[in-house]
Amino acid sequence: MSSPAGTLEATRETGQGPSGGGRWSYFFERDRVLGPLMLSPAILYLVLVVGYPLLLAFFYAFSDVTVGSNKFDFVGLKTFKAAISDPTFKTALAHSFEITVISQVLVVVLCTILAFVLAADFHGKWFLRFLVLLPWTTPVALGAIIWLWMVDSIFTPFDWFAAKLGVIPDGGHLVLLGHAGTAMGTVIAVQTWRMLPLATVIVLAGLSSIPRDVEEQAQVDGAGFWRRLFSIQLPLLAPVILVAILFGVVFTFTDMAVIFILTGGGPGTATQVLPSWAFYKGINGGNLSVGAADALFMFPVLLGLSAVVLKLAHRIGGE
Amino acid sequence: MAGRDVKTVRGRVGLYVTAFGFAVFCGFPFLWAGFTMFRQDSDLYSTQHNPFEYSKPATLEHVTSLFTDTPYLRFILNSVVIGLVVVAITLVLALPAAYALARLSGRWGVPLAIGIFAVYLVPPTLLFLPLSRIVVLLGLQDSIWSLILVYPGFTIPLSVWLLVGFFRSVPRDVEEQAQVDGYSKVGALVRTVLPLIVPGIFTVVVFTFTLTMQDFIYALAFISSSSQMTVSVGVPTNLIRGDVLYWQSLMASAMIVAIPVALIYNLFLNRFIQGFTLGAVKG
Repeated sequence: MSSPAGTLEATRETGQGPSGGGRWSYFFERDRVLGPLMLSPAILYLVLVVGYPLLLAFFYAFSDVTVGSNKFDFVGLKTFKAAISDPTFKTALAHSFEITVISQVLVVVLCTILAFVLAADFHGKWFLRFLVLLPWTTPVALGAIIWLWMVDSIFTPFDWFAAKLGVIPDGGHLVLLGHAGTAMGTVIAVQTWRMLPLATVIVLAGLSSIPRDVEEQAQVDGAGFWRRLFSIQLPLLAPVILVAILFGVVFTFTDMAVIFILTGGGPGTATQVLPSWAFYKGINGGNLSVGAADALFMFPVLLGLSAVVLKLAHRIGGE
Repeated sequence: MAGRDVKTVRGRVGLYVTAFGFAVFCGFPFLWAGFTMFRQDSDLYSTQHNPFEYSKPATLEHVTSLFTDTPYLRFILNSVVIGLVVVAITLVLALPAAYALARLSGRWGVPLAIGIFAVYLVPPTLLFLPLSRIVVLLGLQDSIWSLILVYPGFTIPLSVWLLVGFFRSVPRDVEEQAQVDGYSKVGALVRTVLPLIVPGIFTVVVFTFTLTMQDFIYALAFISSSSQMTVSVGVPTNLIRGDVLYWQSLMASAMIVAIPVALIYNLFLNRFIQGFTLGAVKG
């Protein structure tokens, strides 16, 4: 990165202006010193609270460490074998994918529609925005508790609706979280519900950056609403939607709070996911090494995501 | 952001119907929570009547018991303190890092920027096991400081990523002019660039604060005494006792947190969207 610093520093050296400074501050002014100086605190912090524990996680997964003991014995791939051989592991892995993929497809479709709605003028828009933001401003654990009360108790309004519609007899119960299919459906609904606001905000940001004249020109040229949507707006929005998906996948795939509160992984193991399984094994079961090994299986997916980030890199690089 | 006009009748009807659909999807759980929080027990535990009517007079009993019988205020206070300190740590570390990545670091800039953002992809669910050991080693277990220590691990990467876009949007000439006027590089940064990226700083503050409120797993793994708990973990552990769930108070606890934050967000949403536009979209 070439910099005109030379001439500027020469100006500064003549001593005019408010900055004093001798040799020492001149040293700090150089890009090669100033850059690393400004970057290193953040990098150091991240190495300490993310890099080091990540290494430890690998270390645990290859050892037989438990919550109670302090000794590490390397056991190679034994822990991984133990983790994989547990039938719940495969189920949990499959559920993680199922929940993430379905909820993110729903989020992408819904947030795009919602962003177009919120970009238009209408009465009560302020109130709609408020309602849309609520799931995001509720801590996920509390949001899950609201859903628990809404779907799981025998006092749920859905029983009442269903009885009115004649789906179940009067006084009957749906027990949505008691059946594998509906429990899964509920978890997917909660994940969609809570990720929709952020995705919408991101797409709205993208929408507001599309130059208005592009669209107006298309309108003048006679392109109808759908034509403008599919050949102009959606292609321009694609990179932004990618950002929204990236956030959505990270939040959904790695979340255990919704499962922990809503279903506990049940009924049976019908909604167990990788993060909650790692938690139950590692913390509740006291088996740090198996828990870490379970959690590490999230890594390939996250590496795949990094590829998406790399695709976005030309944007990060500012071209 | 100026809204778009929808002029045709069919378009407007479609608009309102869709808007109503989203309002129900996003808002219904809160409507239900709102109905629940003021109910008397005998009214709550009855399947006999329409769930959207009160068969007994409404009561504030369960809302006030939240404040008198549980350390709810303490949880809120802890969450706010953690949020504010983490915001401060994040800004102090992320602002210079983002500036350096945007302006100074030459050919290392892009790989480093990608590397820092990739850190965000390492999930808490992977880190909480080793981190819970580290927290014990540092003597921070069962203290809000353990959370203050680890939360910047996910707020810094996001903030750097957003802020790089903002720094790029400030023309270099602005700084160079200030340097010609005699300011040092750092002086020029503080006096001319920072004021120009206030919307970016604002976006980062709001986003960071919300992210710290969302965490569940670290707080669950590190904290065990009520006095140190955040809202996320304190509410479920104190209001769910075995099979007994204090539903009205649980609903109230969620509403009391969610509504004010959503109102504030809504007030500044346009600015937040602009922030994301610069930070995440245009970069």
